[in-house]
Amino acid sequence: MKELRLMKGNEAIAEAAIRAGADAYFGYPITPQSEILEYLADQNPVETTGMVVLQAESEVAAINMVYGAASAGRRVMTSSSSPGISLMTEGISYLAGAELPCVIVNVARGGPGLGTIQPSQADYFQSTRGGGHGDYRLLVLAPASVQEMADFVALGFDLAFKYRNPVLILSDGVIGQMMEKVELPEFRPRRKENESWATTGKTPGRERNIITSLNLDACIHEQHNIKLQAKYRRMEEEETRCEAILCDDAEYIAVAYGASARISRKAVEQAREQGIRAGLFRPVTLFPFPARELKTAAKNAKGLLSVEMSAGQMIEDVRLAVDCRIPVKHFGRYGGVVHAPGEVLEAIKTFQV
Amino acid sequence: MEIISKENLVYRPSELLTGATFNFCPGCGHGTVVRLVMEVVEEMGIQSETIGISPVGCSVLLYDFYNIDVIQAAHGRATAVATGIKRVLPEKYVFTYQGDGDLAAIGTGETIHTCNRGENIAVIFINNGIYGMTGGQMAPTTIPEMKTSTSPRGRNTDTMGYNLSITEMIARLEGAYYVTRQAVHNSAAVRKTKRAIRMAFENQKLNKGTSFIEVVSSCNSGYKMTPLQANRWMEENMFPYYPLGDMKVNGVLKV
Repeated sequence: MKELRLMKGNEAIAEAAIRAGADAYFGYPITPQSEILEYLADQNPVETTGMVVLQAESEVAAINMVYGAASAGRRVMTSSSSPGISLMTEGISYLAGAELPCVIVNVARGGPGLGTIQPSQADYFQSTRGGGHGDYRLLVLAPASVQEMADFVALGFDLAFKYRNPVLILSDGVIGQMMEKVELPEFRPRRKENESWATTGKTPGRERNIITSLNLDACIHEQHNIKLQAKYRRMEEEETRCEAILCDDAEYIAVAYGASARISRKAVEQAREQGIRAGLFRPVTLFPFPARELKTAAKNAKGLLSVEMSAGQMIEDVRLAVDCRIPVKHFGRYGGVVHAPGEVLEAIKTFQV
Repeated sequence: MEIISKENLVYRPSELLTGATFNFCPGCGHGTVVRLVMEVVEEMGIQSETIGISPVGCSVLLYDFYNIDVIQAAHGRATAVATGIKRVLPEKYVFTYQGDGDLAAIGTGETIHTCNRGENIAVIFINNGIYGMTGGQMAPTTIPEMKTSTSPRGRNTDTMGYNLSITEMIARLEGAYYVTRQAVHNSAAVRKTKRAIRMAFENQKLNKGTSFIEVVSSCNSGYKMTPLQANRWMEENMFPYYPLGDMKVNGVLKV
């Protein structure tokens, strides 16, 4: 039976972690995502599913606890907001290098620095280009509703284990804080199987397992990097997700994810009411970026508008997707300010002059 | 080797060592402590139950020497990594092996908070008062006036601060159950250190808090001395700042 609830995005993601059969969550408070840790602490799932919830002394400690628990081949999650994700980035690089699965949630806020606690999408580069040192990528999911906050947790764990790679759920302060009706995912059990690579204690039947991102021999380390790159190419082939709304006959397409996609959808509706053939293309995976799908959706378009709550970051991927053959502009308020549909509509109209 | 019958055997390397050549300098205490840990694991018969965490520093390649499952941690973060895996595998034996730069400088926060939470793990802490792997720079544990490559005229406490006796701080934390400072500069000290490591592993069955073992060790390469000189220098100069002995046993403070 469907279980419907009115929830904040942050609460939904926390509830979904319990239901996804997560083994552990390690976190540290930071606005606007503290409800995730608070909700989990209140639910105390160690008494129901056995899921461990622990407040770490810092984001640095939290991500390294994730590294330790993920080494056991368990489902582990952490969450933070932009400045905290920056602190975690060293650990995320190690997780990617050691090929450990985990789910990391960023309920992004305005930067740079301590910035502001208001919503932002200015962490796009950090999220989609790896973020830390070295050649690595995270698989990035961008929810645009409370429902997707809930749904992407189990999906995130599945993708993380499929690729042995960290998965980032890149949300923002709008989606994290707003309340919506959500159909809660089914409960699924915690993992019982032991991963062949996990450090669970060396039994007589197998070789010892080592979790490391270190290779002192550069030639061996190059091979490791080549293997990682092959994995990222496979993600690009198999894991792109997107949504195209009213794009078939669209002359102008807003390209937007997360909260910006919801705002842009309203702008597209307003444009249609005024006789402007506008559409919305929403990347759901930011890495891999749905470039082929965007190129197809934009084949009849005269202009693309990258709508982001940033100074223009995703616009680079949008331009690459269409080989710069269609005019691509950026629109967005940023530094914590959320644009209104009317502002997006005016930006769409600038293609007409 | 038929002359070595079972009853005549007085010593053999632990079967849990892979046989890979240690990367430590001759005269360094690491080699001794590294083998002691595997001797304890072998004697307790807990190979399949033990997970080690290696640090960044001279002992980063611990996993080359150990025939057990090992996780290599980021610099200073070993006890956070240990917390993560112990919390999801509470029935396993988990230990970290860290140097003074790793544990008492960049990892101070993780060290203090892990012990303060009373994580049920063993922390093995090698204190040689210097950064060994990067070539002999000043460490948080470098004693006053001690010369290193980044305190070439000796550690000036006016500008460089004092040596950190982190083990004394750990002993006062509620979460710490067993805290001791040992050494490996002579055979009696080696035997005591082994007993301490054994106790740190046995304590994990009790689930009463963190076991923390500091081993004061010399770094003859870093000190620019022969192994013998380095040990003598350590006894004369380091031990007054880092006196050996138990600080907390079974949760009871001894000092």
